[in-house]
Amino acid sequence: MPAPTRTLERPPGVQEPGGPATGGQGPRGSGGGEEAASPATTPARIAVWLLVGAITALFAAFTSTYLVRRGETDWQVGPLPPVLWLTTALILASSIALQQARRHGRRGEMVGLHTWLVVTTLLGLAFLAGQLLAWRQLATTGIYLATNPHSSFFYLLTGAHGLHLTGGIGALLYAVRRAPAAETASAALDVTDPVATYWHFLTGLWIYLFVILFAL
Amino acid sequence: MAVAHGAAHEEHKLGFIQRYVFSQDHKIIGIQYMMTSLFMAAVGGVLAMLIRMELGWPGARWGLARLLFPGGFTPDGVLKPDFYLAVVTMHGSIMIFFVLTTALSGGFGNFLIPLTIGARDMAFPFINMLSYWLYPPAIVVLLASFFVAGGAPNAGWTAYPPLSALRNAAPGSGLGQTLWLVSLAILIVSFLFGSLNYITTVLQLRTRGMSMGRMPLVTWAQFTTAILMLLAFPVLFAAVVMLLFDRHLGTSFFVPSGLVVGGQLVTHQGGNPLLWQHLFWFLGHPEVYVLILPPMGIVSEILAVHGRKPIFGYKAMVASICAIAFLSFLVWGHHMFTSGMNPLVGTAFMVTTLAIAIPSAVKTFNWVATLWRARIHFTPAMLFAIGFVSLFVTGGLTGIFLGSPAVDVYFQDTFFVVAHFHFVMASAALFGLFGGLYHWFPKMFGRMMNERLGKLHFWLTFVGIYATFFPMHFLGMAGEPRRYYSPQMYDFLRGLAGLNMFVSLAAFGLGLAQLIFAYNFVSSLFRGPKAERNPWHANTLEWQTESPPPHGNWGATLPTVHRWPYDYSVPGAQDDFIPQTVPAAAVPVAGGALDDAIQGPAGDEPPAGSERT
Repeated sequence: MPAPTRTLERPPGVQEPGGPATGGQGPRGSGGGEEAASPATTPARIAVWLLVGAITALFAAFTSTYLVRRGETDWQVGPLPPVLWLTTALILASSIALQQARRHGRRGEMVGLHTWLVVTTLLGLAFLAGQLLAWRQLATTGIYLATNPHSSFFYLLTGAHGLHLTGGIGALLYAVRRAPAAETASAALDVTDPVATYWHFLTGLWIYLFVILFAL
Repeated sequence: MAVAHGAAHEEHKLGFIQRYVFSQDHKIIGIQYMMTSLFMAAVGGVLAMLIRMELGWPGARWGLARLLFPGGFTPDGVLKPDFYLAVVTMHGSIMIFFVLTTALSGGFGNFLIPLTIGARDMAFPFINMLSYWLYPPAIVVLLASFFVAGGAPNAGWTAYPPLSALRNAAPGSGLGQTLWLVSLAILIVSFLFGSLNYITTVLQLRTRGMSMGRMPLVTWAQFTTAILMLLAFPVLFAAVVMLLFDRHLGTSFFVPSGLVVGGQLVTHQGGNPLLWQHLFWFLGHPEVYVLILPPMGIVSEILAVHGRKPIFGYKAMVASICAIAFLSFLVWGHHMFTSGMNPLVGTAFMVTTLAIAIPSAVKTFNWVATLWRARIHFTPAMLFAIGFVSLFVTGGLTGIFLGSPAVDVYFQDTFFVVAHFHFVMASAALFGLFGGLYHWFPKMFGRMMNERLGKLHFWLTFVGIYATFFPMHFLGMAGEPRRYYSPQMYDFLRGLAGLNMFVSLAAFGLGLAQLIFAYNFVSSLFRGPKAERNPWHANTLEWQTESPPPHGNWGATLPTVHRWPYDYSVPGAQDDFIPQTVPAAAVPVAGGALDDAIQGPAGDEPPAGSERT
C-alpha cells in the first residue's frame, strides 16, 4: 500500500519536522488537535478524494463501454451467481462497521476503534472470498471470461473492483495498526478517515457495478 | 530553528544513493525527470530523422543507418515498411508521453511547484519518488519492443484496433504492441502518483500569504494540468486493460465479428473498434492540453520577467487556463469526424472545439499585450517564449480549419494534420520546454547557460521548425496521407517529391541545431559561470532562495508572501522588480490589473475560501 504522509506519522503537537513543510492552511491547523469535532484538512484527506476521482474516471470508462456494448442486438445478460447477494450484504456491513469504528475513534475509545476496524477488515476479506466464489460458480457452469460480452465485462469489472478492494484491505490493516495507537482522537481520525472515504467509495462502487451488471 | 537543524541533519545523514538516486527531494526528482526526458527526446528525435529519410528519399539505400538499426533495414540498406511504421508509432508515443508530458509536468512540475508556493517539499515525498521510479521501467519496456520478434508496434501512437488488437495483424502487432500497452500502463500509474502530489501540495502546502490568487501562472498551469491528468489518464488505463484482455484473454471488447486476417477468420466477435477511439481520445485530447498548459504557464512567467512588465490580465489568464482545461474534456469527437459519426454529433463537437479558441485567444492577446511597450530583454528564454506565441498562433489557426467537420473530412489523416499538431502542440510545447530550461537552469543547477549559444540555438530552431512543418500544410492540401511508407507510390503525389526533400533537409538541420543545445546544456552544467540567487531579477519565491536551493528550500523560516508575483516596473519603486516577499508597507503593492478581488487584501493571511479552483 502507498506510504502514508509524513504529516500523519508525526506525533500530535510536534509542529516542524524536517519533512514536508506545511503552509498557512496546512495540517498544522489540527496538528495539536485535542478535539475531533471539526476534522482538519490533511494531505491524506485531500489525496484520497483525488484518488477516488481518478478511480471514478477509470470505472466511468469501463462502464460507459459496457453501456454502449449492451445496446447491441446480440446482448445477453448471464446468470447471477447467488453468492453475490451475500457479498453485497457483506460489503454493506463492512461500511457500517467502519462507521462504528469512526464513532469510537471520535470519542477517543481506542479499544472500540481497534475492534471495529478489525471487524471491517474481516468483512472485507469475506467479501473478496465471496467474489472469488462467484467466479468459481460461474466457471463451473461453463461461463468464462471470453464466453460472451456480458461475462467479459463481469470478470473485468469484478476483478478491477476486487483489486482496488485489496488495496483497501491494505489500508485498513495500516489503520488497524496505526489509528488505535494514536495519542489523540483527532490523530486517530486523521488515519481512519481517509481509509473510510476510500472504503465507502468502494462499497458504493460495488452497488453501482452490481446494478448495471444485473439489474439494468 | 528546528527546521533548519532537521533539514541540515537530514542532508548529512543521507548517502549518495538516497540523495541523488532514490531521492525524495522534489528538486532532485524534477531534475531526474528532466534528464530522462531529454534522453528520450534524443531517441524520439533520431526516429524523426529516420521518418524524414524515408519520406524524402523513398526506397533509398542508407548504408550507415543500417548499422544503427540492423533489423530495420534490408541487407542493401533500404528501410523496411514495417520498420517505418514502427518508427512512426514510437516517435509519436515517445515524444508525447515520454518526453513532453514527463519533462513539462514531471520535470518542471516537480521542481517548481513547491518552490513557487513556498513549501519545503511535496505533500507525499515518498510517492513522488515512486512516481519517478516508475518512469525508467516504462521506458525499458517500451524500448524493448524494438528488440522482440516482429519489432515495435505498427499501429501508430493512437493504437487503433484491430491493428493493435490482433497479434497477427502486422509484424509489430505481436509482442511489441503488448510491451507498448504495458509500458503505457506503468507510465499512467506514475502520472497518477505525480498528479495526486501536485494537487495536494498546491492545495495544502502554500506558505503564509500565498493565496491561490497570488500563485504564479506557471504554478496555476501545473495545478490545472495535474487535475487533467488525474481525470483523463485513468480512461486510457481502462482502454489499455481492455485491449490487453482482447489480445491475450480472448475477449472481444474492440474486435468486431467477421474479420479475416491473413486468410483466416478471426474468432473474436461482437466488439466495436470505435469504442477504443472514444476512450483513447477522451484521454487524447486532454493530453494535448497536458502538453500545452505547462508551456503556457512557463511562457507567461518568462514574458513578464524578461519583459520587466506585469503579466497582462492575470485573472483572465487563470480563468482561461481553467476554461481550456474544462473544455478539453468535451472535444474528443473532433478526432473522429470521419468515423461515421452522426453529423449532428459532429456539429456539437465542432462547437465545443471552436469554443476553445476563445480562452486560447484570450491568452494570446494577453501575451501580446504583455509584450506591448515592454522593456524586452532578448535572452534565449525570452526568444523561445516569443517563439512559442508565434508557433501557437500558427498551429492554432489551422486548428480552426480542422475543427470544422466539412473541412476535416478532406484533411483527415493528411500531412495538414501533421503540420497542425506539430506546430500547436509539439513545437510549441518544445519551445516552452526550451524557454523554461534557459530560464530556470540557473536555479536548477546553480550555473548560467551560454547566452550566445542559446540565441543561435533559438534562431536555427525557429527557422528550422517553420521550414520543416510549414510546407507540410501544402503536402496535406495536395492530398499526401500521413503514415504512408512511400508517398511516391501514387501518381498524383509524385510532384511533391521536391517539397518532401526540402522538408527532410530542413528537419535534418533542425535536428542538428539541437546539438548546440545539448553542448550548451552539458558544458554549462560543469563550466557555466556561477549563478546568483536571482539572475533575472524575478519576483517569484523560487528566486528568493539560493541557486540551487538547499534541501528544505528555505533555511530556517518559510518565506511570507505579501503581494502577487508580477510587480515589475512599479512606478516610484526603487527597483524594477519587487519580490513577493517584500511587505506591502515597504513598497506598496502596485495597482491596476492586480488590485482585484482574486488577489485578496494585502494582509499576510490568505483570504477565506481561497482554495476554490
